[in-house]
Amino acid sequence: MKSARGLVFKYGDNVDTDVIIPARYLNSTDGKELAKHCMEDIDKDFAGKVNDGDIIVADKNFGCGSSREHAPLAIKCAGVSCVIAKSFARIFYRNSINIGLPIIECEDAPDNISAGDIVNIDFDTGVITNETTGKTFQGQAFPPFMQKIIDSEGLINYINNK
Amino acid sequence: MSKMTMSQKILAAHSGLEQVKAGQLIEADLDLVLGNDITSPVAIGELKKFNKDGVFDKDKIALVPDHFVPNKDIKSAENCKCVREFAIRNNITNYFEVGQMGIEHALLPEQGLTLPGNLIIGADSHTCTYGALGAFSTGIGSTDMAAGMATGKGWFKVPSAIKFNIVGKPSKWVSGKDVILHIIGMIGVDGALYKSMEFVGEGIKNLSMDDRFTIANMAIEAGGKNGIFPVDEVAIEYLKEHAPGKKYEIFEADPDAEYDEEYTIDLGTLKSTVSFPHLPENTHTFDDIKDIKIDQVVIGSCTNGRIDDLRCAASVLKDRHVASGIRCIIIPATQKIYLQAMEEGLLKTFIDAGAIVSTPTCGPCLGGYMGVLASGERCVSTTNRNFVGRMGAIDSEIYLASPAVAAASAVTGKVSQPSELGL
Repeated sequence: MKSARGLVFKYGDNVDTDVIIPARYLNSTDGKELAKHCMEDIDKDFAGKVNDGDIIVADKNFGCGSSREHAPLAIKCAGVSCVIAKSFARIFYRNSINIGLPIIECEDAPDNISAGDIVNIDFDTGVITNETTGKTFQGQAFPPFMQKIIDSEGLINYINNK
Repeated sequence: MSKMTMSQKILAAHSGLEQVKAGQLIEADLDLVLGNDITSPVAIGELKKFNKDGVFDKDKIALVPDHFVPNKDIKSAENCKCVREFAIRNNITNYFEVGQMGIEHALLPEQGLTLPGNLIIGADSHTCTYGALGAFSTGIGSTDMAAGMATGKGWFKVPSAIKFNIVGKPSKWVSGKDVILHIIGMIGVDGALYKSMEFVGEGIKNLSMDDRFTIANMAIEAGGKNGIFPVDEVAIEYLKEHAPGKKYEIFEADPDAEYDEEYTIDLGTLKSTVSFPHLPENTHTFDDIKDIKIDQVVIGSCTNGRIDDLRCAASVLKDRHVASGIRCIIIPATQKIYLQAMEEGLLKTFIDAGAIVSTPTCGPCLGGYMGVLASGERCVSTTNRNFVGRMGAIDSEIYLASPAVAAASAVTGKVSQPSELGL
């Protein structure tokens, strides 16, 4: 994936894995089923409103808490094309790369993006553009090692191709 | 030129490198790969995509169904069936069925499977617990677990570290839980993001192994990659009992190791600490806790379901009674702890006090079952997270605390410390 473009859903600090996908749904491993309940405990309308390509923007420590890969999987299967945050919890960051959900860290962008804005992300350069306001921001591009995993569409393919 | 932290030394040794430094990406050999009934089914699905069959070493994988076990519903039963059949198919040595199982992070050290100097990954965020025994141990997701099971290797970004110099001796009712809640309150839920939390200092000798497990367990609640303790006489005594005859290597930080930050924690000044909803960093001491009425108490989990925790709770509940209208749920973390609690008479104390005692399970900690909260209900819990909806309804509330505070709260029906009972 070279770029993403979509409508923004906006959240604050410390969006944890329990609100991304509550444990009461962890008896399923089916991404489509999980997506129906994505963000349910922080934004009950999310699953009904999100469209393919939409973007989640949040402040610091996105994805803190559990190691459940169901969390990035639910977001990916809900159709979200990218998560932008000031920082990510480390297991969530790893899991997202491993399953091929594009995520990008940027300190400045979240303060200058509102819910409902249209945002574009160029993954080659890390440049984030808020098309609604015309402002651009430099996100943190992936280290080459992680870029290879993403280019392979996940860790398993990367290892298989080695 | 070494200047490595304890965590970095273990990573270097497992990647065949003389030297590693913070930020470096390495590939390292794994000593143990862990999964539970929530994360393993996803990993088993991913494993099928590998070009090779089977696992790298049947002795170096641990599968512990514990979250929704004994199964709470049909879907959970199907997940456990998937894990069970995989374990049988691959002849996995360390698969723990109902009857042998316990909460993974209490069970594996008890079984002698987590040793000093080990490099351990687990598809559960509280895998950082084993740092209490001087292992580098960190939580990962299901895909990493699958890759680990297939190849025996994992990739890591070498972490920098925060040093916590522990001094002094805790007062009677202050335990490891108060130490780690105090630290999280001080540095915040992302205060150690991507970093090692290295605990050192003369005060460590005053912390039992169970205290240390609790502290290392919640490193993730500060965003930490791992928490780690030096291997001292207390740890070696534990290993003699639980891992007799097993070989291990003890690593120490270099005297000139570099740390991002250093803090001194004086155990003597710490007080009973409670994390208010809805983040573990929202810590309070009883200096500013007013009347907070509660509905439920949970004593258990990978954080506080060990024998020290149960003994502490029993010493508060002995000859007292759970307040009218309060549910007090006590969950020994493993079968061995359960049995020990029975032999020591703790179970009788709990039941006489009006508490219930459950078979080992993560159950209520993550709002699975065995104590899910209704809307508007409040729980004092010895577990590790008080996020929105964690234990049930979105508008329920969790107050994280030590077993001493949880037990005292069960007696009074409000958030309380043992001194309120004249203890």
